[in-house]
Amino acid sequence: MFDRDRWQEIFDTLKKNKMRTFFTALGVFWGIFMLIALLGSGEGLRKGVSSGMGDMATNSMFMWTQRTTMPFKGFPRGRFYNFNNGDTKAMIDNITGIEYIAPRIQGYSQEGNNNVVRGERTGAFTIQGDYPAYNLIDPMNINQGRFINDNDIEQTRKVAVIGKRVQEEMFKPEENPIGEYLRINGVYFQIVGVVSSRKNDNEAIRDNQSIYLPFTTVQKTYNYGDIVGWYSITAKKGFSVSDIETQAKALMRKRHSIDPADTRAVGSFNVENQFQKMTRLFAGIAGLIWIVGIGTLLAGVIGISNIMLVVIKERTKEIGIQRAIGASPGTIISQIITESVFLTTFAGYFGLVAGVGAIELVNNIIKKMGDSAGMFKDPSVSFHVAVSALIILIIAGVIAGIIPARKAVKIKPIEALRYE
Amino acid sequence: MIHIKELHKSYITGTNSLHVLKGIDLSIASGEFVSIMGSSGSGKSTLLNILGILDNYDKGNYRLDGNLIAKMSEKKAAAFRNQLIGFVFQSFNLISFKNALENVALPLYYQKVSRRKRNLIAMEYLDKMGLAEWAHHMPNELSGGQKQRVAIARALISKPKVILADEPTGALDTQTSYEVMDILKEVNGQGITILIVTHEHDIAAMTNRIIRLRDGVIAEDIRNGEVKKMKEMAFAAAN
Repeated sequence: MFDRDRWQEIFDTLKKNKMRTFFTALGVFWGIFMLIALLGSGEGLRKGVSSGMGDMATNSMFMWTQRTTMPFKGFPRGRFYNFNNGDTKAMIDNITGIEYIAPRIQGYSQEGNNNVVRGERTGAFTIQGDYPAYNLIDPMNINQGRFINDNDIEQTRKVAVIGKRVQEEMFKPEENPIGEYLRINGVYFQIVGVVSSRKNDNEAIRDNQSIYLPFTTVQKTYNYGDIVGWYSITAKKGFSVSDIETQAKALMRKRHSIDPADTRAVGSFNVENQFQKMTRLFAGIAGLIWIVGIGTLLAGVIGISNIMLVVIKERTKEIGIQRAIGASPGTIISQIITESVFLTTFAGYFGLVAGVGAIELVNNIIKKMGDSAGMFKDPSVSFHVAVSALIILIIAGVIAGIIPARKAVKIKPIEALRYE
Repeated sequence: MIHIKELHKSYITGTNSLHVLKGIDLSIASGEFVSIMGSSGSGKSTLLNILGILDNYDKGNYRLDGNLIAKMSEKKAAAFRNQLIGFVFQSFNLISFKNALENVALPLYYQKVSRRKRNLIAMEYLDKMGLAEWAHHMPNELSGGQKQRVAIARALISKPKVILADEPTGALDTQTSYEVMDILKEVNGQGITILIVTHEHDIAAMTNRIIRLRDGVIAEDIRNGEVKKMKEMAFAAAN
């Protein structure tokens, strides 16, 4: 196997036919390069879209009020209504399988006006009233301090958790916002934490530009009474959030005197459904990538087989000479197979390296572009996929070598020598 | 050394069968220097191929150095060729990307002789052929005569019992042809049986025995003393 003559033979043959070697190698190189690039891109796309959703629980749903579309119990159609604290309690009491329920409310703000003031600095930010559970359903990174806790809710404390962007706008970089005060819609709140989003794009910008206050404080301070803006709900393990969604909506229709057939009066969004759709989409994309990738690889392998056939044709005479002076068929077959395996492995390895290199390059560019890359993030190929692709290629090299090698040995030495 | 009895060989091409050798009886003793002559199609190349175990035969039997050469595995045939027979071809058949030394050493490579040792032996044989200083030249840098001498060195390196030469001088000018024949004579002098196929009378005349084939049978079998007489007759006929 590691005889110098054998390797010399291989290098000589490959060197003597630079063009042929180059094109064969290119076929395999391209095959494996495309496979790696495709797999990497697929992975990048999957990660990109998943990270767009942040770490939002996949068993979560959101529910809000819309206008009724049917008259019921003497109420006209097109009526506005609100959820209230009673709804929260009713859902906890009547629906089994709820893990977390987080009522939310948007704080009072005059559209477009600067609603937050600190000394000479002012800014316009979204004000959210939240329960501690919200950060379990749609988690954010806590950069400093803490999120809202149960004591804040019970004692309706005037504390605030601010988004990263709020900190940047309202504080100098060297200032520590914890313990400082902000005047929010005319009322002073003490800052207890700074958070930043785990998502991408618009959602991240919105999260980072928000100020999170205790839900009960918002209701009281800004005169909402017991109104709830909307709900974020997650299902316990073993319960389907889609079932909970149906039950919750039915319960809301009942409590707010809405026609049971009026599906549009209660709006909702179900992450589970979205997630399943996305999962199916990615399975489809992955399948397609594999089909195309393996096709490309196969084309490379067939190319190698073909080239090997031509090589044998060209070397008929040489093989005849070798056999006339005593080379056994085994020697010749192993020679040809070693040659094709060497060529496939060599070219495949470079394809692998180039493919991984290209992915790394794209990765670097994306990192430089920062958050704005959107749908594409951190493309990569798992080590075992890369290695198994290479192994497939080497096995293919052996098979590609066997056919012409058998053909070579079937040629009688005399016919080979007669061949001019 | 070579004993052939009632040897038949046909080539089948589609539905046609071409009967090339039609019962050949031939005995060649160790140390003979024999030439086989005949017009094209007389079966001389076929006979040489069978003698060289490059082709098999249909009927009869063939013994080489006491071994019955009948249907055998290609691996065994390769081993016989390697140990008993040295080939010299009209078109030299050197491997183009190996230099003279490597070409000569090649049969020993198939005998699994170490690289150092076989190169040493190959150098010795090249030296005998007067080609020591050409050892590291590629075949395309050598003249026809030099190539044939490399080929002869390659045929000799495995210490064969028989050298089979197919038109060894066919591609050479007269001067070089005679030089090559001198070398072959010298090799024969060391006791190695030599069989050459040729159609040149002057080349055949340098051997000790001429076998003339016609239409697949032996037409004439002339030994040394008679050769000269025949040559004169041929000369007289030409005039």
